[in-house]
Amino acid sequence: MSSTMPSEMSGMMTLYRALLHLYPSSFRQEYGEEMCALLARRMRDTGPPAAPAPPAPLARLSRLALWAAAAAEILPNAAAVHWDLLRQDLRYLARTLRREPGFAFTAVAVIALGIGATTAAFSVTDFVLIRPLPFPRPERLVKVWESSPDYPRMEPSPANYRDWQRLTHSFASIGALHQISVNLVGQGEPQRLEGAAVTADLLPLLGVRPALGRLFTAADDRDGAPGTVVLSHRLWQSELGGDPKVLGRRLLLDGEPFVVVGVMPRDFYFPRREQILWVPMRFRPSDFDERDNTYLEVVARLAPGVSLAQARAEMRVAAAALERQYPKENEQVSAVVLLLRDELSSQARLLLVALCGASLCVLLIACANLANLLLARALARRQELDVRSALGAGRERLVRQLATESLTLAFAGGALGVLVAIAALPLLARLVPVNLPLAQAPAIDPRVLAFAGLLTALTGIGFGTLPALRACRDADLGGLRQGVRAGGGRRERLRSMLVVAEVAAAVVLLVSAGLLMRALARIQATDPGFRPNGVLTVRTALPIPKYDSVARRAAFYDRVLTEVRALPGVTAAGFITYVPMVWRGGIWPIAIDNQPHVRTGSTSASLRFVTPGLFAALGIPLLQGRDVRDTDAADRQFVAVVSRSFVRRFWPDGNPLGRHFQVAFHDRTVVGVVGDVRVRGFERTSEPQVYLPNRQVQDGWLVFFIPRDLVIRSAAEPTALLPAIRRIVHAVDPEQPVSDVQTLAQVVAGETASRAVQVRVLAAFAAIAFLLAGIGIYGLLSFAVSQRAHEIGVRMALGAGTDDILAMVLRRAALLAAAGVLPGALLAYAAGRAMAALLAGLNPGDAPTFLAAMALCLLMTSAGSLWPALRAVRVDPITVIRKE
Amino acid sequence: MPTIPTMPTMTSSDRDLATAATAAALLPLPPATFHILVSLADEDRHGYAIIQDVAARTNGAVQLSAATLYRSVHRMLEEGLIVEVRERPAPELDDERRRYYRLTPLGTAAARAEARRLAELVAMARARGLAPGEA
Repeated sequence: MSSTMPSEMSGMMTLYRALLHLYPSSFRQEYGEEMCALLARRMRDTGPPAAPAPPAPLARLSRLALWAAAAAEILPNAAAVHWDLLRQDLRYLARTLRREPGFAFTAVAVIALGIGATTAAFSVTDFVLIRPLPFPRPERLVKVWESSPDYPRMEPSPANYRDWQRLTHSFASIGALHQISVNLVGQGEPQRLEGAAVTADLLPLLGVRPALGRLFTAADDRDGAPGTVVLSHRLWQSELGGDPKVLGRRLLLDGEPFVVVGVMPRDFYFPRREQILWVPMRFRPSDFDERDNTYLEVVARLAPGVSLAQARAEMRVAAAALERQYPKENEQVSAVVLLLRDELSSQARLLLVALCGASLCVLLIACANLANLLLARALARRQELDVRSALGAGRERLVRQLATESLTLAFAGGALGVLVAIAALPLLARLVPVNLPLAQAPAIDPRVLAFAGLLTALTGIGFGTLPALRACRDADLGGLRQGVRAGGGRRERLRSMLVVAEVAAAVVLLVSAGLLMRALARIQATDPGFRPNGVLTVRTALPIPKYDSVARRAAFYDRVLTEVRALPGVTAAGFITYVPMVWRGGIWPIAIDNQPHVRTGSTSASLRFVTPGLFAALGIPLLQGRDVRDTDAADRQFVAVVSRSFVRRFWPDGNPLGRHFQVAFHDRTVVGVVGDVRVRGFERTSEPQVYLPNRQVQDGWLVFFIPRDLVIRSAAEPTALLPAIRRIVHAVDPEQPVSDVQTLAQVVAGETASRAVQVRVLAAFAAIAFLLAGIGIYGLLSFAVSQRAHEIGVRMALGAGTDDILAMVLRRAALLAAAGVLPGALLAYAAGRAMAALLAGLNPGDAPTFLAAMALCLLMTSAGSLWPALRAVRVDPITVIRKE
Repeated sequence: MPTIPTMPTMTSSDRDLATAATAAALLPLPPATFHILVSLADEDRHGYAIIQDVAARTNGAVQLSAATLYRSVHRMLEEGLIVEVRERPAPELDDERRRYYRLTPLGTAAARAEARRLAELVAMARARGLAPGEA
């Protein structure tokens, strides 16, 4: 550059030079100097003709304009050059891939499996665990529960709820609800709808505005106010055809008129997915009398500036005050405050975490496989790269070419992977727990797509571009001189390590899937206490006040049961409050000889009202005494049938028949003993059971315990009975809906459904891992054999036999497998311990599972090495040596 | 240096046909490309000389920037429209060594084809009285 250049110009040139870095470096190296020289020349030309004269301000301004115009041209032109190079690389890639479709297909499939598995697992986990709940400021929403030493979470009674409101200041707003189900009559077939009765504060505190109309106000809560109802979007669409003039319409719910005052938005679910309508909860003064009558769910929004810990501390103080005030009813009763999101059980959480871990294993294996594929290809193409480099392609051009290649393959695989995830979602959606206010299925939305994109980019760069870079770092004329034989020991070690990692991850997945499979089998083998096969259950929930009277209900049960029992094939039928495993609540404290009780697990029982014939219908064995009878009426001695564990708990020695205890406001005499039933499902201990005759209760009392589930045992296919049962119920009461139709076998299967899904998903992941690791071993060995064909030929020429060559290849395979299996087994043991809560008591080091996983790895290694070994044996020494 | 492969079985008229077909596939040419081809028609030039020539021929209406020039040159080299001839000193540019560019037969064919295309367009416009000259 000329020494006469003014200093301002040299500053501008420096800046211009810096801007040139927007170009690909090959372009910059080629033309950068000339471009700078050209600009400098033009700027000088715009200066004054006489060099020594000081630059006039006008000339300075025009130089600045020239510089600005030149600088502005850089960005679009640099982009165009990048685009040109990309097009060139893509054209080249398309040509080479057309020559090697097998490579392209394998690479894309491997990435698709890895990205698909991880994206699907992420979409569910994000939906359930990470994403904020769909309410404004959801992190301030909490649930408040009572707790006792035996029950970490219990619903409070209205009296305790009212006192909490009075005693606490941590909450901006606090509301209560309880779930209801009502019969909707007059809109076609009578229907059973799930809903919630809510206090007026509840919906507003969630912060969601109705799509139409209004929420409840204090006026709706008043006893005696006209009935009002808020509908979910789903109910509004399905039952009222999305009628825009729905506000003010009257619906008959359980025979009572309710006026529609509002419709919630489409994506509003509360407290759970199945609630589709909300009515005001009205407390009568008598509701506050009984502190044992616990049925409310309490939701609150933390007051501004109050932390969760502060709210917890205050609730503990309030609960302690109430315990002092009501020592009998509130004995050992404290309170817990949980974030709404933390409603999720720890098991459901662990299940999702395990799923994510498994998907990451699959991704890792896929990445290792991809890296190995690209490394092998880069090594095989060393000569081609060397030739291109000799022809003047700079290193940057080669790197760029390899990066374009690996990223194109990665994104093709990623796009396919998203399709895989979409296909897998219906299965994975069954892992979304029902007890969260969320839609049923997560969607592949921009958030999930962004995750998949990021993952794909990381995969492509980390496991495609970087290894390729390594491979071409020393691409020089050496390759030309040496020919293709020189594979490079260092790179082969890297490739071996990748395969070892694949085998290890495959072992982890195989063992985890195996452990969960064994745990599932163990749970499924558990005796539920009843015989589920050949049994149909339907719900006929009798509405109150229509069926307030015990006699009216008994008349309904008698007529329905008489006709159902007369149906061909039916061997037994009866009604019960709820079928076991469907409802786990209804726990009632037991008092013996009117001794004061503590509400703990060991002194409470699971309470159910039943009709005669129920035990035979469910297949619960009668061990002693008798079933309840139609003659067990309110004017006779109050009786009870109890389960064996009840007897063991309260009268471990001696005959229970004829003994007395107090439950549900009455003294009862034990007339029969039946087998224990797993009311709370397979994985939790159930309280002892108490069954009371349906007639021995006062009118209007204990309405929640009214028998509603009809259980029918049939010698023939039970579902075939459904039309006849609907006809019978309709004949007895045309307004009575029949809902919740399922076989008892389905109820039991539902118990393990999410586990079964998880096992299926994990087994699928393990199968993919197994396959990919096999491909990895195959790929590495067959590449090694082709690279060492010369060496093998020489060995054979020097007298090595087929056995020696075979042993050489197989030894290599065995070493790879052993190196992967050992750390894999250790990691699998650690993974098993981390998910011990899911294993139903199975030892995380379960020997059969580990042995089976290792046997599978042996199989995979043998299968993967078979073909390369045969190829090695078939090497013809004369041909390979003549090639030299 | 790379050797350019030759096809011994191709006659010269075959080659001309092939060149014409390749040139036709490149049409229409971007204006900058056409200007550069025209500029190189009579002699080999380096970058700055091309810019000056274009500016002079268009009375300053077209001022190629360095960025546009070298991007075009880069693409034209890839497409085989021009070749680089050995660096030699440019006396008018402080005697520093510069790269000179030369038209290839394909470049010439492309410039011709483009000129013909433009002439046909102008003729069409003229027939409707939209361009100066005889209608």
